Amino acid sequence: MSKHATPSGGNVINAVDLHKVYQLKGREVVALRGVSLHVPQGEIYGVVGPSGAGKSTLLRCINLLERPDRGEIWVDGRNLTALPPPQLRAARRGIGMIHQHFALLSSRTVAGNVAFPLEIAGVPRAERRRRVAELLELVGLADKAAAYPAQLSGGQKQRVGIARALAPRPTVLLSDEATSALDPATTASILDLLRDLNRELGLTILLITHEMDVVKRICDAVAIMDRGSVVETGRTVDLLRTPGSLLARSLFAPPPVSGDGVVTLTWVDQAEEPLISQLTRLFDVDVSILGGALEEVAGHAVGRLTVRITGERSAEALTYLTDRNVLVEEVP
Amino acid sequence: MTGWLDGLVERWPQMGPNLWWGTLDTLYMVGWSTFFTALFGLPLGVLLVTTDERGLTPAPAVRALLSAVVNVGRSLPFIVLMVAVLSLTRLLTGTTLGPTAAIVPLSIGAIPFYARLVETALREVGRDVVDAAQAMGARRIVIVGKVLLPEALPGLIAGLVMTVVTLVSYSAMAGAIGGGGLGDLAIRYGYQRFDDYYLWATVILLVLVVQVVQSVGDVLVRRVSHR
Repeated sequence: MSKHATPSGGNVINAVDLHKVYQLKGREVVALRGVSLHVPQGEIYGVVGPSGAGKSTLLRCINLLERPDRGEIWVDGRNLTALPPPQLRAARRGIGMIHQHFALLSSRTVAGNVAFPLEIAGVPRAERRRRVAELLELVGLADKAAAYPAQLSGGQKQRVGIARALAPRPTVLLSDEATSALDPATTASILDLLRDLNRELGLTILLITHEMDVVKRICDAVAIMDRGSVVETGRTVDLLRTPGSLLARSLFAPPPVSGDGVVTLTWVDQAEEPLISQLTRLFDVDVSILGGALEEVAGHAVGRLTVRITGERSAEALTYLTDRNVLVEEVP
Repeated sequence: MTGWLDGLVERWPQMGPNLWWGTLDTLYMVGWSTFFTALFGLPLGVLLVTTDERGLTPAPAVRALLSAVVNVGRSLPFIVLMVAVLSLTRLLTGTTLGPTAAIVPLSIGAIPFYARLVETALREVGRDVVDAAQAMGARRIVIVGKVLLPEALPGLIAGLVMTVVTLVSYSAMAGAIGGGGLGDLAIRYGYQRFDDYYLWATVILLVLVVQVVQSVGDVLVRRVSHR
């Protein structure tokens, strides 16, 4: 037992110091090198990073589809890594999972697929039927109950996947690149559905993705992974206000130019303030706008502007911006 | 032309019943052999998949052993296998002659064949559906029964049809050492007595049996396939 053996309050998922090494054709591949993750109740938590960063291994460790070589996984106050197989199976019923390629049973109808986890849990037939109808209504596929997965579009298949994952009333939903096989419009509708479920059911969602769009749309908090380690973690909005943030760098295009007096300005939810015109008026500086974007991130309006400020009082101008809660970063 | 017909009419009182009983014997042999083949071949095929080192119940030593046994069964020519298992046939059926005795070598020859087809069909089932079932907390036996077998059902049926067709051909060979059935007729009358009427009649009946089996199989496969 390690000293981390008690889960910290309010977190539904606590992964503590996970290590995992694979043997691949006699070669050792380190997938996780001491990864810890703490997901609070009711959050949508995104793990992002390039492929090969260890995101997928991390997610599969959470419900122990992969067993970490070292470390502990606590879900809903239970140490999964210490559970014997029958209790682990029971605990897994409290953890729903959706998959990149949907992983639906082609031999079962939509209703049969949604009923499957309930059959595994030993729910009586009448109760199953009621729950399935309720779930298909929830994901908007009530009219497709008798269809087979092969007859559905990708978005519809993922809705079935979501209904199936929710059937045993899990407290946590794991999403393994759930929108990566979908087109942008369908991705948006699936993300909206996940956001609604998160709000209405208080469902905690841990998702992995390589699409920054997913983070932007729905993630309350993010962990950025690279080569088996978490290199940045925090609430999405806070990270964007943090100097040198990797998240901001991935979300926005890099500054188009660099040089003397070039700075990037990042602000959250201040779109209404006439900051630039105030600068020119108050400090008698010239401001050239070199590039910029305004993005909606996790429900907040985030602006990022690259500007060159020239004039004798430009230092004062930057201080003024910093005081007004704008993140000022020099572009070297 | 009329000479041909006269020959048939002259033979029919004896040939008709012979063909009828021969066909029934063939169906009897193939039917029971198919039953035993499915009974033992299916679990064997399942074990070949689940004992794989990346399978549900990894057991490389068991898998290597099963695989070797299957390979031995697959590599023996059927006519050799039939002779090789004569003492087992006598032990199980009390005789080495007739259709009932033929069921033993037929089953032993077809079980490894079908087991390999089962293995191939089960490997077609995606790793992700097995993962999904595991993530739902399904026991391994449930994953076999409710995921692997139903998902592979079209392949399992197609494989069984192929096995039945092979059994029809084996059963004709069984005729060579007194197994009875259409093959027996073809050899005793068509080959040893040079009676072309028997030869062609048995050929036509064997082709018919295979056609019917294949067509019924195709319909079944289409009905259970939802891919």
